[in-house]
Amino acid sequence: MSRSDVLVDADWAEAHIGDPDVVIVEVDEDTTAYDKGHIRSAIKLDWKKDLQDPVRRDFIDKTGFEALLSERGISNDHTVLLYGGNNNWFAAYAYWYFRLYGHDKVLLLDGGRKKWELDSRELSTDVPERPRTSYTAAEQDTSIRALRDEVLAAIGKRNLVDVRSPDEFAGRLLAPAHLPQEQAQRAGHIPTARNVPWSKAANEDGTFRSDDELRHLYQDEAGLDFGRDTIAYCRIGERSAHTWFVLHELLDQPNVKNYDGSWTEYGSLVGVPIELGEAR
Amino acid sequence: MSPGGCGAPVGGAGKPAAAAGGQAVVEGRVVHGGAPVATGYARLLGTGDEFVAEVPLGEDGGFRFFAAPGSWTLRVLAPGGLRAERSVEADYGRVTTVEVTI
Repeated sequence: MSRSDVLVDADWAEAHIGDPDVVIVEVDEDTTAYDKGHIRSAIKLDWKKDLQDPVRRDFIDKTGFEALLSERGISNDHTVLLYGGNNNWFAAYAYWYFRLYGHDKVLLLDGGRKKWELDSRELSTDVPERPRTSYTAAEQDTSIRALRDEVLAAIGKRNLVDVRSPDEFAGRLLAPAHLPQEQAQRAGHIPTARNVPWSKAANEDGTFRSDDELRHLYQDEAGLDFGRDTIAYCRIGERSAHTWFVLHELLDQPNVKNYDGSWTEYGSLVGVPIELGEAR
Repeated sequence: MSPGGCGAPVGGAGKPAAAAGGQAVVEGRVVHGGAPVATGYARLLGTGDEFVAEVPLGEDGGFRFFAAPGSWTLRVLAPGGLRAERSVEADYGRVTTVEVTI
């Protein structure tokens, strides 16, 4: 896998609007962004309502994913182009999620919604009707998903990459600074984790930095040992999906997992070790 | 606003300032040619341009951050290469209001 296999620019997206083999999907937490205007022909996915189980804290299961994609008119043969707001956090999360269920023909739009808007490209409010399909998902690929016991066992043994902001890492904030801070769980980070905020991997317009810049960031600046397996985490697993995309898809690192339970799970566990303070 | 999430709030400022309680709120509005800028982004940056947070502007050009106390740089990006920067101070229990004309 390399950059050209997984990442496309806005010109590519514009050229494939209406391509019957390509389904463009906007993924947001705030789906009113889609309602305000989206890339013409794009459908929407809500990262929570559509992709999370409504009762248990987990993803929708294989059957649920099959039902969702069938209902939205996505088939196994479609190339799915994902984009979204927040510098593609939720689109990267959906990308990882599609890969988790075995959909390999998936692409991310570099810069996402932000670059599209800042470039003043066309946005449409037309909502496309897509014919139903009969989608078949694979079993979850657990080689890219970490659960809590694996994370605990990885302390001091694997690369743990905390991609939250330095204030969240140090324990001064419990959520990003654009959200209220009324959280109940403990603050801090998993011992031995390196702090490489997701934002360092992105340019101001939301596009990813070059491969050379990214390698320098993780290897030289953060001191990540690319010879070891890696688990990335954030608060709820979407910023770390952005970093998973960088390490696993752009830099082609094997054995990189996203811990989607992330800090909202780890910081609420009883009896686990937590560190406070700045990155070392 | 989705307090359970980690992403964008519902376009710009989504909660009355009075409800900010003891938090360090930085909020405001972005205006261009006398009209609110409804498409654009507000970024909060720390020392050395360290990224802290970003929100899309609301229909009224509004934005809001729940920051840690301290000095921050607010940067606004909008289509057409429009951009502006302001220095802001945040403290617990205070709403810092910034009006940005670009």
